[in-house]
Amino acid sequence: MRAIPGVASFDSDCDTAPAQRVAGARSNGAAARVATTPAVTPALTLAGLGKSYGTRCGKRSVLDDLSLSIARGSFVAIVGRSGCGKSTLLRLVAGLETPTTGTLSLDDVAGRKPDTRIMYQEARLLPWKTVLQNVMLGMPASARDEARAVLDEVGLLSRANDWPAQLSGGQRQRVALARALVHRPQLLLLDEPLGALDALTRIEMHALIERLWKTSGFTALIVTHDVQEAVALGDRILLLEEGRVALDQAVELERPRVRGSTRFAELEDSVLSRLLKRPHVATLADPARQPAWIGLKRRTIG
Amino acid sequence: MMLVQSWKALARAVASWIVPAAVVVAWQCAANTGLLPARVLPGPLAVLHAAWSLVQSGEMWANVRISAWRAIAGFFVGGGIGLLLGLLTGLSKIADIALDSTIQMVRNVPALAMIPLVILWFGIDESAKLFLVALGVFFPVYVNTYHGIRSVDAGLVEMAKSYGVRGFALYRDVILPGALPSILVGVRFALGLTWVMLIVAETVSAQAGIGYMTMNARDFLQTDVVVVGILLYAALGKLADLFARWLERTLLRWHPAYQSGAQA
Repeated sequence: MRAIPGVASFDSDCDTAPAQRVAGARSNGAAARVATTPAVTPALTLAGLGKSYGTRCGKRSVLDDLSLSIARGSFVAIVGRSGCGKSTLLRLVAGLETPTTGTLSLDDVAGRKPDTRIMYQEARLLPWKTVLQNVMLGMPASARDEARAVLDEVGLLSRANDWPAQLSGGQRQRVALARALVHRPQLLLLDEPLGALDALTRIEMHALIERLWKTSGFTALIVTHDVQEAVALGDRILLLEEGRVALDQAVELERPRVRGSTRFAELEDSVLSRLLKRPHVATLADPARQPAWIGLKRRTIG
Repeated sequence: MMLVQSWKALARAVASWIVPAAVVVAWQCAANTGLLPARVLPGPLAVLHAAWSLVQSGEMWANVRISAWRAIAGFFVGGGIGLLLGLLTGLSKIADIALDSTIQMVRNVPALAMIPLVILWFGIDESAKLFLVALGVFFPVYVNTYHGIRSVDAGLVEMAKSYGVRGFALYRDVILPGALPSILVGVRFALGLTWVMLIVAETVSAQAGIGYMTMNARDFLQTDVVVVGILLYAALGKLADLFARWLERTLLRWHPAYQSGAQA
């Protein structure tokens, strides 16, 4: 496997077939953004990470011997079917749960624990606090101007004094995003934050998250079951399967990404094929040889 | 726009009074025609007259004051203890194991069944009435506080902790406001029960208060004064309910059920 600057090689003892595919997929070099990042210490390193839960019928392993590292400032998308352990991985990184085996090291540039914020599928706003008070949660009262500035960035300054119940689902997620960003996190974890939103709002949110990520320079880790979302946002797509990394795919599309472009669709289909374990249609560019069901495929798995 | 809305609100308020007004009119007609003998139920005008003479003699104010004091004191003692114990068992696992099942067992004893025992313990003075009211109020407040704290959204607590909200701030900003809707349901129940307990306690034995006034009037066959007493209890109960509603509207302004106007 080729070593790529900024992206440490992944090491997972899964079967060889996906590993070969990964090597092939990466043969064109690293993603544009990753390549320009100086090779400093990674933001996040997992070594032999495992997590299992005790159930009535013995132990159930959710994550199994996971080793990988995430480059500082990169945007990594983790996809997989429901129950593949992707949300557990995020909760481990967030420190909400402790690993059963292995180690997880989070380091900022100075070697301290970086400020990590997590965004959930539900906005989880406190309904008894106004939008502005929600953004200021855990901040001193002096951070008021800062909170207002971030609220302005997500386009909701005019709703600062409204109750969360008065906002739409997309607006609530924007408030949740502002609440995470006001802390200037170095690592932002997104746990299917857009899963409950409609398609149009989701595309707007993609653009917003991408813009804020570019300007703020944090490392972002998004868990999603939507392959299109992963291709739209990620520098790198990790496909989790039965607690292991089954595919580590760099995304080399230029930002902002055009959803209709051939390369976007090809990449999306390649990841989706791997996810569904169906033969990848390599000749997608030739419409004459494209099976009819390609056009009918569901983009969302899980 | 505002004018139309306020007109509509006014019309709604007036409409809800139509049926009670009709009942009063029918009642007066029945009393006038002799269909309803004054011994059974005097007409509304006779009741008003009796009420007015009670106001003039100062009897009414003295009795209302003492009954209201009993209700308020009993409510705050019973509700306060219920709230504190509910918070304790809701927040602390040890207190929950130690106390909750005991309290749930005692809850099965109807408070009014305690009356003979209460009279033996406290006699028939103020402490007996205070005890009965407090006992009746305690359980709804306790149960709803406990339940409210137990059902606070765990996702919100996890989120708040991950944003560094800990200790006292976590209780003040997340757990208590989350439990508040349920606590207020308990308060509303308790306010209703306050009057039930008080009426029974005052009817059984009292030397002052609205209950004393009505029982005294019964001995002299003053049906009009009895009706005044009943209506006084109703009015005070309504006042307590208005207070509960005002409390909910003020404290739960954020709740979707209490929001009017601007929706997204």
